[in-house]
Amino acid sequence: MNMQIEKQIAHRNKKNKAFKGVIIAGTILSTLPLLLILFYIFKQGITAINWDFFTNLPKPVGETGGGVSNALVGSILILLVSCVLAIPVGIVIGIYLSEVAKSRLAYYCRLAVDVLQGIPSIVIGIIIYEWIVRPMGGFSAFSGSVALALMMLPSIIKSTEETLKLLPESLKEASLALGVPYYKTVLKIIVPTGISGITTGVILSIARVIGETAPLLFTAFGNPFMSTNILKPISSLPLIIFNYATSPYNDWHQLAWGASMLLILMILILNIITKIVQRKWKVQF
Amino acid sequence: MESAILKAENFNAFFGKSHILKNINFEVEKNTVWAIMGPSGCGKTTFIRCVNRMHELTPGATVEGSLKLNGEEIYEMNPVMLRRKVGMVFQRPNPFPTMSIYDNVIAGFILNGIKLSKNEKDEIVENSLKQAALWMEVRSTLHKKGTFLSGGQQQRLCIARALSMNPEILLLDEATSALDPISTAKIEELIHELKSEYTILMVTHNMQQAARVSDKTAFFYLGELVESGNTKMIFTNPKHERTQDYITGHFG
Repeated sequence: MNMQIEKQIAHRNKKNKAFKGVIIAGTILSTLPLLLILFYIFKQGITAINWDFFTNLPKPVGETGGGVSNALVGSILILLVSCVLAIPVGIVIGIYLSEVAKSRLAYYCRLAVDVLQGIPSIVIGIIIYEWIVRPMGGFSAFSGSVALALMMLPSIIKSTEETLKLLPESLKEASLALGVPYYKTVLKIIVPTGISGITTGVILSIARVIGETAPLLFTAFGNPFMSTNILKPISSLPLIIFNYATSPYNDWHQLAWGASMLLILMILILNIITKIVQRKWKVQF
Repeated sequence: MESAILKAENFNAFFGKSHILKNINFEVEKNTVWAIMGPSGCGKTTFIRCVNRMHELTPGATVEGSLKLNGEEIYEMNPVMLRRKVGMVFQRPNPFPTMSIYDNVIAGFILNGIKLSKNEKDEIVENSLKQAALWMEVRSTLHKKGTFLSGGQQQRLCIARALSMNPEILLLDEATSALDPISTAKIEELIHELKSEYTILMVTHNMQQAARVSDKTAFFYLGELVESGNTKMIFTNPKHERTQDYITGHFG
């Protein structure tokens, strides 16, 4: 009797180990391509990165020492403007969806957000071209920002809504029972308590659009010179990668690799910031 | 001026179509401790949530009849002003997790934008915490987050937070049900001391607790107020069979 049970347990232990092995193998298998991609980009890009790369403008073919300073500045500027556009709107909609979860408007709003999330980025580019570039009479950094802001909205809205929904009802009641008006309860209790989740959503949405190329093709367009005017065409890292990588020149390929690596580093940093925010601003109940 | 601080006349409450409170007639005198008892689902919590109009926050919740605070119709008052006069402590401690102990106590003032000098704040915090019997335990850690306290301390912090607003009535919704016996004993002692300054309505499932701390007891059953009166009377010589059965543990 005892022998039998022991045998059974040994058998189960073997099964457990085998299962664990399969899981680990699967994990390694799926991480491997990612690591290879990163490795390759870093191998190709690292040689392009030097001081000139950050400070110089692109040079004509044949001259050495060209950089991507205009694209770096352009990318950051476009992202800043899109943050200004998307963050307040996204958070407000997220608050609405979590607070008035069951209304008809909330239902359609959620549906719209889901669809917006699925719209191909190139379509957003075309639409912004029709809505903003043509009426304003030319390509501009601003129109690129609007396109990216539209792409950021869904994830900001979703993360705000989900974060706030998870907060206990008792928190809101505690505030209301003290005679705090509803809007102050939302602004001073609910939002600050959920700030870590909201911030995480915002940063991840930035990381998501930082490498978007398609919507910028029709909007920010690109610019070989340094520009900080948001009403004029502007360069950006994804655009420069697109233009340089499809060019026939080796020097430019090198710059494209360098820009790719820079982009990936920025995404990595944003993700690290997210982790820090989650840990530091974590709210304990 | 009527003598009763809280007076319900033919008061009814509903959730959608279900009739939760049926024709409640009830008077609460100043500076008394009322225990509100009854089996689950009898409407005790609904009743005290009607007193500070938290009831209406649930979609579909409505009321009928009259409920007066100091002779003023509660359902004609501005809910925000009403809630400043009626403090409430919930079943589970719910200090604001983003705030320090200090800020939690004066949260009612901070959040309502009432400007106070540093001295006034210090005074309110110290007094409220002393009243809630928490001052000695936290006076050196006032800047720490309120959520670092133990459950019992958190609940006393919530009591301090409610007391800081100097309410006319304090509502306790099973405030000790999530606490250990020692914390419960502390809060019961506290209720005894607070009686001289406040009127307290406490919902409780614990009959010994009701017998220990309350002056008056109201017994609810299926949304009706079956019996109310002196706690001693209700526990020793209840008029209704239902009350008798509940107290002796035949049901509920």
